[in-house]
Amino acid sequence: MGVDEVLSAPVVIEYPFRRTTGPVIGAFMTGLREGLIVGIRGADGRVIVPPQEYDPVTAEELTEIVEVGNAGEVTSWCWVAEPLDGHPFDRPFAFALIRLDGADTPMVHAVDTAGDVSAMATGMRVQARWRPVRPADVERDTPADDGGRYREGHILDIECFEPTTAVEPEETA
Amino acid sequence: MSDITLPASLQGVDPVKSIRTPASLQYTYSAGLASSRFLHQVAQKRLVGQRCPVCQKVYVPPRGSCPTDGVPTVEEVELGHTGTITSFCVVNVPFMGTLMEIPYTSGLILLDGSDIPIMHLIQEVAVDDVHSGMRVEAVWVPDDEVGPTLESIKYFRPTGEPDADYDTYKDNV
Repeated sequence: MGVDEVLSAPVVIEYPFRRTTGPVIGAFMTGLREGLIVGIRGADGRVIVPPQEYDPVTAEELTEIVEVGNAGEVTSWCWVAEPLDGHPFDRPFAFALIRLDGADTPMVHAVDTAGDVSAMATGMRVQARWRPVRPADVERDTPADDGGRYREGHILDIECFEPTTAVEPEETA
Repeated sequence: MSDITLPASLQGVDPVKSIRTPASLQYTYSAGLASSRFLHQVAQKRLVGQRCPVCQKVYVPPRGSCPTDGVPTVEEVELGHTGTITSFCVVNVPFMGTLMEIPYTSGLILLDGSDIPIMHLIQEVAVDDVHSGMRVEAVWVPDDEVGPTLESIKYFRPTGEPDADYDTYKDNV
């Protein structure tokens, strides 16, 4: 290598942030760790998911945490044909707005259809695919058997949503 | 703050109070022509600066131009592997990313023949004995580990010579 050959090297800058959640977002995170999804009742009675600390219209403090279903309906979606570093999958997937059963607002999460865009549709039913519970004898931050995370109180405790496999009850005439 | 009411499923459950949100930025750093040339010379166990044709100061590591006169610095100057400590810092606080045991000393070293100090470790001397004017020499890693990086110098250590005259480093204090 000659002395005039320009050198380059990878540089990674990392910030190991930790942020406190407060009681409202904390309840959402606690729910995720426990394998359930919660929202909060707004001033007009609507259930907002994820929970907000203040009403989006009246700005009053909200306090009533409400459990919602872990399945719901896709209200809008965007196909990610070429996933980037940091995305939940390295194969094509969708980011979607999902209105969970019992909720009045949709929340964003990934939908996995095994890379098949034709399986995506507005109005489709999806359900949460959960990360496994960390066994009591496994230390925090230990990867699960598949290399992914155990549930720890994080939005990625839901690995993604996937098309509902349960057969919908048929309409009877 | 108002009291939060939780659904039955979250009552008596250890609450999540904080989440980790690490951020990571990935770069490819290009050293550029002047620094690359310097580092290739380091790989040959040579320390080579560049002299400004206007102010005559010798810069190391060279950046290819003089920051004072704004002219290219093309004349190369071979520097000694010895120098004088102009200033130093005793590190007593551990921080992420360091491999050093505390306390240790980080010093600014004015290499003989240069006009600007480089930063490096000072070792083989008690932290309390390090002082401005102390004469030091480079300790290189084994020859088969020398490469285009300043880590090819493990650290600087005292030569045992008498302290340098103040006038020889007063412009860098």
